[in-house]
This record gives sequence, C-alpha cells and structure tokens, in this order.
Amino acid sequence: MKQFTFARAGSPADATRQFRNGAAYLGGGTNLVDLMRLGVTAPDHVIDVTGAVSDEITAHDGGLTIGAGVRNSDLSSHPLVRERYPMLARAVLNGASGQIRNAATVGGNLLQRTRCPYFQDVSMPCNKRSPGSGCQATAPGADTANMAVLGHTPFCVATHPSDLAVALTALNARVRVVSQAGVSQARGMAPDGGRWVDMPGLHRLPGGAPDHDTVLRPGELITEVELPPPAGGRQTYRKVRERASFAFALVSIAALLDVGPDGRVRDCRIALGGVAHAPWRALAAERVVLGVPPAAEVFAGAAEAELRYAHPLAGNAYKVTLARNLITTVLEELIP
Amino acid sequence: MDSAYATRITVTVNGEPRAVAIDNRTSVLDLLRERFGLTGTKKGCDHGQCGACTVLANGRRVNACLALAVAYDGASIQTVEGLAGPGGLHPLQGAFLRHDAFQCGYCTPGQLCSAVGMLTEAGPSAVTADLTEDPPLTPGEIRERMSGNLCRCGAYVNIVRAISSELPPGGELADPVSAIPLGDTAPYPPAGRQQEQEARP
Repeated sequence: MKQFTFARAGSPADATRQFRNGAAYLGGGTNLVDLMRLGVTAPDHVIDVTGAVSDEITAHDGGLTIGAGVRNSDLSSHPLVRERYPMLARAVLNGASGQIRNAATVGGNLLQRTRCPYFQDVSMPCNKRSPGSGCQATAPGADTANMAVLGHTPFCVATHPSDLAVALTALNARVRVVSQAGVSQARGMAPDGGRWVDMPGLHRLPGGAPDHDTVLRPGELITEVELPPPAGGRQTYRKVRERASFAFALVSIAALLDVGPDGRVRDCRIALGGVAHAPWRALAAERVVLGVPPAAEVFAGAAEAELRYAHPLAGNAYKVTLARNLITTVLEELIP
Repeated sequence: MDSAYATRITVTVNGEPRAVAIDNRTSVLDLLRERFGLTGTKKGCDHGQCGACTVLANGRRVNACLALAVAYDGASIQTVEGLAGPGGLHPLQGAFLRHDAFQCGYCTPGQLCSAVGMLTEAGPSAVTADLTEDPPLTPGEIRERMSGNLCRCGAYVNIVRAISSELPPGGELADPVSAIPLGDTAPYPPAGRQQEQEARP
C-alpha cells in the first residue's frame, strides 16, 4: 500500500476544502481499504468523512433523509425504513455480512467499485482502472459469468455491486452532493456548493469512459440521501447469488406494484442489480405493466420488452433468463 | 517512520488505554497482532471475506483487517483475549467447548467475537419474513447473521448449536438445542418450492 497522509473532516465544507487531486474520502473503509491493499487505488491523502456528514435518519415532508454517514446496519434496522421502505431494508440486509454492514456507510456503499476480478487484479489490463489499457473480461477465455448483459461496451462489461443502490433506484431517491464552494458557485450551484443527483442517474453506463462509475466530479462528497414519501402498493427486494448469504448478486431485483381500485396497475417500479454497469431501472418493463390489470402474461411481456436488447457474453446468457424469471415471479408475488 | 505518514493514536484495548504511533497504513488487525502482541485475533484473508479478524469496536463487530487504525483513534476495541472475565470464560466460550464448535480453531476467535456482537444486534435479517418484527434467533437466523464468518473445517453445525445454547433472556428457542437436526432450516430454497420438488416422483 502506498503511503498516505490522513486527516479527519469535521464538516462537508471542511472535507471538500481538504480535497485535492490524489485524495480519497474514507467512510467505513470496507471497499476503499481493500482496494488500497490490492493496489487498485493509491491515494496519497485520505480524508475520514465519517465525522463530516450526518449519521442520522430523519423523517421529513413525508419522506426520509438518510445521512451519508449512516452505517448500513443502522439503515436496515431503522423502524421507519423497515415499515415504509421494505425493499430498501431488505436490499441492505442482503448485502455483505453483519461485520461489513456495521462499518459500511450509505455514501460509501453508493460509491463502492465493481468487484470485476480483472479490475481488482492490477496485473490485468482494465479500462476502468487504467483507461486505454484494454478489457481482460472481453478477452478470449475470460470468465464472463458475472459480467453485464445490458448497457455494456466492448471496453467495459463490469457490473455495479451495490444492493442498496438498486433499491434507491426503484424508490426514486435523490442524493445530495457538495463540492468546494468556490468551484460550484462558478457553475451556478447553491452557495454551499451543493446539488441534487437523482436516482437513477447517479451511476453511469460505461460509454467511452468506464473509469467514471458515477456522474460525480472529483472532490464532490455525498452528504445525504433523500427518499420521497413511500409509494403505495407492495414492494420487495430479491437477490439471487451463488450461495445463500454473503455473496454479490448474480441478478437482483427491487420491485414495487400498486394496483388501483379499478384493478389496474397505477404504479410499478422495477430495478435490476448485477446486470449492468449501473443499477438498471427497467422502464420499458414498467411501461408494459402500467395501466393494465396485473397478470402473469403481462409480466412476461414486460420482461421481454426490457430484455429484448440484452446482449449476453459467452458465459452469462443465464443472467437474461434469471432476470426474466425474477421480474415475472416477483411481480406475481406482489399482486395483492 | 516518516511523520507525515504516521499518526499518534490512543485506543482502549480490552479496557486498557494504549497510546501508540502508527504508520497510517496500519490496520486494526496488524496493530493488535504486531504492535500489541494480541495474536488471538487471526488474519485469514485480509480482505474482509472470512471474518477471522472480527473484533468489537465500540461494541459493534467489524472486520479488523478493513479498519484503518488511524480512523479508530479513540475507539474501544474488544478482542477474544478480552471476552473472558474474572469469573472464567465468557458463556459463549464455554458453549463452544461444550458443543465442540470448532476443529482447527483458527476461525474461532472471530466466530466468538462475531457471535457476541451479533447477539446485541436488533432487527431483522435477510431471512426474516416480517421485516417489522425482531425475530427469535432460530438456527436459520443464526446462520444468516453469522455468514460473515467462514469455517474451513465446516464446524458450522455445532457453532449454531453453541450460539443457540447461549441466547439472551427472551431469545431462547422453544426446543432444546439437542433437538436441532443436522442441516435444518436452510433459508433457500423456499420451503414451498422444496416441497414441490420432493413431491415429484
């Protein structure tokens, strides 16, 4: 691990003021410290932001504000999250282990890096880690079982590993970020250097710049996540993985179904994890379901509409089948 | 040690305050083992995947390998060496002995610290059906909550039995521990589906 200087930040402004090229914000460290040990990332200055951002969950305007410093375990055990946003609680509970959830923060969870084995192995080419070096995951003989099937390019087929982010994508959450005040005022942002980023929208597809996981600019700091008032209907999160616990998703789904008194679907949200470089909001599938009575054939058509353009790699065609089955099965279970 | 890359921290380890200057790269795990000589906490994978390094930091179980010691300045750390009291072994340590909950023992300090922390954690788990309830710690719940601790010897069955025998008041199982069959109540596949499969000729 490369040597680094260390500082604590006492406020968001303090954190962004201390940021410079080559610096990294530290939350719980459950991903960053591992990446530093692997040599994937090598900051020369580490800024501990756990004292800079809120670690509280507060109800507000019918919704919920979650400080970026809230630990994953405190999020999933919070009474209001369990009662009003069950897909969120369940997504968090399905991620990592008890030890990791105790340390990992909400902000850090959203900004964790892909677990693509070629990204994590510094002896391999990787456009995400070292832009322009190539993509070992698309080389002949590569293990593509856990790579993307949607929205990928020949330059990056990595998937986003977060469960939390999939639920936030389905819940229409938004993320508050701040940057150095002078910088953002010049860009016409709020005086505190803040702006809101909608979910979906925080995480990027790889496009021509797979080294950028999110739309955040260097030095921007997530300070909180805001959930809108809870939607009606029923919701859940289901994750399929290679073992029953403590593994990343092969495919996961956050889904919500609200059927109106006329028997027609008035709200439907579907977000998929494990299939793309970002949490995948299945808008095409949602459009098929909205406004019609819920039924198995409708859900099958919705899955088909979303996955029609899936492009599996040599070793992961199973993910398309899995995603289709998850969409249809979970939506059927959500019918009241 | 280059002072720009080092920090003087104070941590309370098993009740004893200790001040030490560390390279900023030092993990809590390496601090405990290499600087304090507390080798009960084990290094398995050093990547947060095995749980052998589990300690309690301010009462919460964490992977010491993923914890930068400099970020834990002022924290209270409890290790396996600190579990036993003046009266003898921690009840869970006794339970692990009684139930033969280990073979080689390498994962055991992490299993013990993890179980101590786990028993203080409220709320549901990934296998809890009703998220609004604090479910009783059935073997299935214990397995899910202990999934961050791997045991290469496969002592899981007796680890679950040992933990089940030491549940806090109100959390006891309806059935005696000896009644827990081998390999029961795995959360997946869902019970209904399993029955369907078994019903096939």
